[in-house]
Amino acid sequence: MLDARRMTGPASFRPMVEWGYRYILFPIGQMLIFVIGAALVLTLFAYLLAFLFPVPRPNIILVDQVNRQLPGMIISGITIGFVYAMIALGYTLVYGVLKFINFAHSEIFMVGSVVGFEVMRRLGDAGSLPGWNPILLIAVMVLIAMLISGLLAVLIERIAYRPLRGAPRLVPLISAIGISFFLIDFVRAFEAITRNDFNLTYPIGDVAWFQQPVEFALGVTSVRIRPTAFVVVLGAVITLIALNYFVNGTKLGRGIRAVSQDMTTAGLMGINVNRMISLTFFIGGAFGGAAGTLFGMNVGTVTPFVGFIPGIKAFTAAVLGGIGNITGALLGGLTLGMIESFLNGLLVYFPALGQRYTDVFAFSVLILILIFRPSGLLGERVDEKV
Amino acid sequence: MKFRQVLVLLLVVALSLSVVVVHAQDSKVIKIASQSPLSGQQSVVGTGIRNGVELAIEQLSGPLTELGFTIEFVPFDDQATPDVGVNNAQLLVNDPAILAVIGHYNSGVAIPSSEVYDANNLAMVSPANTNVNVTDRGLPTVNRICGRDDTQGAAGAAFASGLEGVESVYVLHDTTAYGQGVAEFFAKAAEEAGIVLLNLEGTTETANFEGVIQPILALDPDLIYFGGMFSQAGIFINQARAAGYEGFFLGPDGFDSSDYSELAGDAGVGTYYTTVAAPASFYADAAQFIEDYKAKFDVDPQPFAAQAYDSAGIALAGIAAAVEAAGGEVPTREAVAEAIRATEGYQGITGNYTFDDNGDPEQATYVILEVASSDPADWGTNAVLDQFLAPSPLIAAAGEVTPEATAEATPGA
Repeated sequence: MLDARRMTGPASFRPMVEWGYRYILFPIGQMLIFVIGAALVLTLFAYLLAFLFPVPRPNIILVDQVNRQLPGMIISGITIGFVYAMIALGYTLVYGVLKFINFAHSEIFMVGSVVGFEVMRRLGDAGSLPGWNPILLIAVMVLIAMLISGLLAVLIERIAYRPLRGAPRLVPLISAIGISFFLIDFVRAFEAITRNDFNLTYPIGDVAWFQQPVEFALGVTSVRIRPTAFVVVLGAVITLIALNYFVNGTKLGRGIRAVSQDMTTAGLMGINVNRMISLTFFIGGAFGGAAGTLFGMNVGTVTPFVGFIPGIKAFTAAVLGGIGNITGALLGGLTLGMIESFLNGLLVYFPALGQRYTDVFAFSVLILILIFRPSGLLGERVDEKV
Repeated sequence: MKFRQVLVLLLVVALSLSVVVVHAQDSKVIKIASQSPLSGQQSVVGTGIRNGVELAIEQLSGPLTELGFTIEFVPFDDQATPDVGVNNAQLLVNDPAILAVIGHYNSGVAIPSSEVYDANNLAMVSPANTNVNVTDRGLPTVNRICGRDDTQGAAGAAFASGLEGVESVYVLHDTTAYGQGVAEFFAKAAEEAGIVLLNLEGTTETANFEGVIQPILALDPDLIYFGGMFSQAGIFINQARAAGYEGFFLGPDGFDSSDYSELAGDAGVGTYYTTVAAPASFYADAAQFIEDYKAKFDVDPQPFAAQAYDSAGIALAGIAAAVEAAGGEVPTREAVAEAIRATEGYQGITGNYTFDDNGDPEQATYVILEVASSDPADWGTNAVLDQFLAPSPLIAAAGEVTPEATAEATPGA
């Protein structure tokens, strides 16, 4: 996220401060700016709408509704926005290195959500769930989901993409779609055989901590935040900071960046290109898996088909932010999540429209943005694609 | 090359022989098909429908087997998807041995599929499709034994207006033929009953309802009516309760599946649904059915399994009547469809059925239930709060004198 100069090692106090700024403060600040910026722009938009259409329907005063809904819309926008951002990273990392869209990524996300469910459900069936520390429990679920999804992504690359690396660009796209179908039906068959169930419900109810929403008054309204919403945002922030450090601050990250700039030259410089590509897939897949588990915990129930819509939206978020650009994926995800949440909250008051048109409007906005900035909000960043 | 040609020739001969052999056997075989979702989110109920038909064919085909017929059962999986249902329909009309179809679960699938059946004169008996357009098209082959959404929506509204402190309602639907249909009938009846309709809104969301919930919280309704299936409604109410919604929650018979409890958890306890199919345990005559069903399939019958059993029973009785009229030969599909439509006073385990000219049952039962527990295993213990019998629109209109009343009572006619 920060420019890619090599760090000089914390030999004295000054480099320590610099390190802390570069790898902790700066990314957090960046996320804060994105969140606050997106929330501000859309809040202004909401009040502008309320100004233009003060009474869109009999007995509805739009300003009052916006006042009441604002905190809820922002929170749900941030939550889903971070999920989109984490999935979008998987698309963007792979695009940065291989210049191709890994359409199986939405299913890696789905596998992550199912793995999270399996871990939690197995613990629940063993009866040990109430004894767990919730933070530790979430960490274990997320880490296992990251590991399995990451390894799965590596395996997919090895089986379905590497043999096709020299082929025309459309060919790996087709194999990605094939893998996608395979994963959906594999998980469907697996769950049908082991559980005879299709709807996979996280046993959230068994952990008391999840049942205590945080409530506080804010102006005219009381806001209620579910613990899982905190978990999603915190989990996303921690993993994003770790990713930033990994890509910009470690030797392996430098290898990935080198491969993304020029695969052949990087190979000539003694970098093991295949290993770097596998590593990229592992990281992208791990992010998809983490996003899946966090998303599943937040919504409560997942199915083998759950990946499709978030996958499409996250891909859009990646393009919106500038595909191949990590910061862009973050910004794109948050923007898209926030737009969607505000449209969901406001369209209901316009009788001819309604929530069912949320996606139409959200994607129209995206088309508009892309007309004026064809390479995304932050651009493709050709010099430094990871 | 020679060898290959000989091989191909042999294969062709073998295939045509097998066709001849199969055809020779076919002459005394009658098949009954079922169409319901056997995979996917709604497979719990869909499998129950298939099982009900299977059990009926096993137990009720006696009169036909005595005449030397073999009754075979062919279950199809419509995946709760219209194009899959239509594809299956095209497959099964091409098998001349199939004389009746039992299905579907979703009105949105039943309506296009039944166009295919009707074009081929194949009779359909539906255990579960409540959309008015299933029968209001007046197709001679399409029948159902359950009630209709216009009456079901009105029943829900009548119940809602009796709930304490309900002055406003937020109506949400899933944009399908079924969900939107029943939600609109509910909204109309609720407004007539003096409840303030805050909004009538559709959503295609299936997992993350947070955005959908925000305006509902801001409008603060006393009741949310969800026109749709348990697979969405269970997740929706779970998230709505977590977000702080404390009012009533009511829905149509799409809620009627034990999976609703699994998805909704504690949030689902105390929510209400109207249905055209009371739990099997509600019917005095169904005790033997429940016992047999458990013995055969090792699970409790899901909602609509008993209705599927009766639908298959009606189809078998219709086929038997047509066979008799044909002098013991395999009847034509037209004859079977006519015989089924002419069903009068069929005593099934869930009621006594006579079809009107549109294929609706002349009298249908509507019940209102309250979800008793968050444990899916307890779904059968949901308490019946209220029930009433209502005549089909045609029968109700026949009681009127003026032709205007007839037109009004058959919406979409």
